[in-house]
Amino acid sequence: MTQAVKKLPRIEINEKFCKGCSICVDFCPTDVLELRGPVVAVKNLEACTRCQLCDLRCPDFAIQVFD
Amino acid sequence: MAQKKKRLLQGNEACVEGALYAGCRFYSGYPITPSTEVAEGMSVRLPKVGGKFIQMEDEIGGIAAAIGGSLAGLKSMTATSGPGFSLKQECIGYACIAEVPLVIVDVMRGGPATGYPTGPSQSDIMAAKWGTHGDHPVIAVTPSSVPEILTETVRAFNLAEKYRTPVMVLYDEIVGHMREPLTIPEPGELEVVDREKATCKPEEYFPYDDRHLVAPLAPFGSGYRFHVTGLNHKQDGFPTNDPKVIDRNNRRIIEKVETDKERIWKNEETALDDAEVAIFTIGSTARSARFAVNELRKSGLKVGLLRPLTIWPFPDAAVAELSKRVNAIVVPELNLGQMVHEVERCARGNCEVEALTRVDGEPITPAQIMHAVRKYL
Amino acid sequence: MSTIAEKKEKVSVPFDYNKYLRPNKLPHIWCPGCGHGIVLKALLRAIDRAGLEKDNICMVSGIGCSSRTPGYVDFNTLHTLHGRAMAFATGVKLAKPELKVIVITGDGDALAIGGNHFIHACRRNIDMTVLVMTNSTYGMTGGQYSPTTPLDAIATTSRYGNIEPPFDACEMARASGATFVARGTAYHTIELERTIHDALVHKGTSIVDVIDACPTYFGRANKYKSATHMMELIEKDGTVNVKQAEKLPPEKLEGKVLRGVLHKVERPEYCEQYENLIMQKAAAKK
Repeated sequence: MTQAVKKLPRIEINEKFCKGCSICVDFCPTDVLELRGPVVAVKNLEACTRCQLCDLRCPDFAIQVFD
Repeated sequence: MAQKKKRLLQGNEACVEGALYAGCRFYSGYPITPSTEVAEGMSVRLPKVGGKFIQMEDEIGGIAAAIGGSLAGLKSMTATSGPGFSLKQECIGYACIAEVPLVIVDVMRGGPATGYPTGPSQSDIMAAKWGTHGDHPVIAVTPSSVPEILTETVRAFNLAEKYRTPVMVLYDEIVGHMREPLTIPEPGELEVVDREKATCKPEEYFPYDDRHLVAPLAPFGSGYRFHVTGLNHKQDGFPTNDPKVIDRNNRRIIEKVETDKERIWKNEETALDDAEVAIFTIGSTARSARFAVNELRKSGLKVGLLRPLTIWPFPDAAVAELSKRVNAIVVPELNLGQMVHEVERCARGNCEVEALTRVDGEPITPAQIMHAVRKYL
Repeated sequence: MSTIAEKKEKVSVPFDYNKYLRPNKLPHIWCPGCGHGIVLKALLRAIDRAGLEKDNICMVSGIGCSSRTPGYVDFNTLHTLHGRAMAFATGVKLAKPELKVIVITGDGDALAIGGNHFIHACRRNIDMTVLVMTNSTYGMTGGQYSPTTPLDAIATTSRYGNIEPPFDACEMARASGATFVARGTAYHTIELERTIHDALVHKGTSIVDVIDACPTYFGRANKYKSATHMMELIEKDGTVNVKQAEKLPPEKLEGKVLRGVLHKVERPEYCEQYENLIMQKAAAKK
């Protein structure tokens, strides 16, 4: 049996829109995100479960998760 | 042709007839003496022609809903009196800056505050001009008879639609409540102006298109999706902090009226050709003045009357010209002196200017006017 | 076990907000962590779910932070005067009942300076959906106390603590006659989307009180550490869904604000009444 390679999601961050409020970082259930300077960045993409809570709670239209 | 039927109508009822003639299809307001008959009439008549009437919860709601109705594409009106006129002022400014056609009827009663609700007054002349804060364009018409309330209400709608701005119909309680015979004009007899429609592609539409002094206004829900705000805005309707754009628009909304004021002015002259003394007045006071002129003329005294039907923009040119050929201009008004300052400004010292004021809730009589005029003869 | 496969199926393409936005107007003016953007996103998803056409939506707002919303959305948009949104909206709706009218307002705008219009729009049951963004402060003017500021809370005009009891927008809406009254929070964003959707498809005045955070003014003045902290304490821990509340003992509900659809009844809608009764009677009387 060949092991399926886990397909990673793509997290798009619009750095121009991100205001660094940290809501997405704080509410991410698997600790995928971090603040890097004034804006959010992905620190552990492998842990992403595609739950989209970051997108849903982002007030700034700055982050979206693509499959 | 069959003779048209004359009807005996109250001034406020004539206002209703004028509004309907002009194509008004939306009325919102709040009851207030002495303008309430306008609301009552509109509530009966509008639904018969497919129009909408709503009695709002307060005076501010009355004008706010009318602005909304106008933006949705219907010719809209509200009516009020002194205290309500004060409450509506912020919304009047909104209609000025957002350039929303609207007719505001103010049946003037004694003030300040609740004042004398059933007494006549002409003390909202300056409130009409300066009541709302900020610089803004003002058009106000001043009928002085029942038939004229009809025709001037039609003209008010025409001006509002043409210049995309609120237009006020100012008349005092006497004219609003008096009854006179009136023939309702046939369709086509009076000019009726509709706002310029947008014809461009929606994506090319600007509600405040820089290429126009008065840009076409598309109704909400017609496929032209645009933004309206009371903030200083760009041609696309969105707020701006650009000093150049703010300056240009603040000036433009006034210029669109000022540069065309010769077409907005409307004066009636009575026996002015050889007059040595002129009377300048409006509304019910002009009726007393006309009587006074006739009486004095019978005695061979050279007195005439200049009666503006457009009080704002003020008839500068007519008064300036008049001041050069009369000894004095007497300005009777039912307030403590409002129009008289404008007359003085325009007369530039060319002649004497005297106010004749009255604020006891009674009309200025012909005798009072004759007495005031005789001093200068 | 098929959980992985299931999870994979659950993933959908992220929602295309740009379909309803005026993208060149973004980023918006709201402060970092302000809940208004979260609420706007829930609203746009709800609009999409309700299948509303952009040309047929008129969004009306008053003055304040939340009232800047219409500038960002690609509808017929009307940013009016402080407190007057529902009065302007009443005019738009009555003049053109085919428009779906959505009012965006704040707690100060709707409940203080605009309280009268709020009461009477509810009483008329005129068809419009009203989102009251309740952040318990006047943000645009720098953090004064509002009609929903809790007792003892600090604001720039209540430096010694607020002595005015707050009131409940939902109770007022219900008492005034609104036929759909609900509450949501920015934290419960999926539930909020559903609630707003139900409000949008309801015929009559639908009021959705949305609790969201103002970290800049209310938060800082009242010792909240961050937007997240406010969302957790006020929105998550401070509220309970009305359906869950039914199963909870009273002591567990103490101090909790109810979320979800709190009141829903059918009553004739104002514009329909106008059309069906007034216009028909008037026509018959010709």
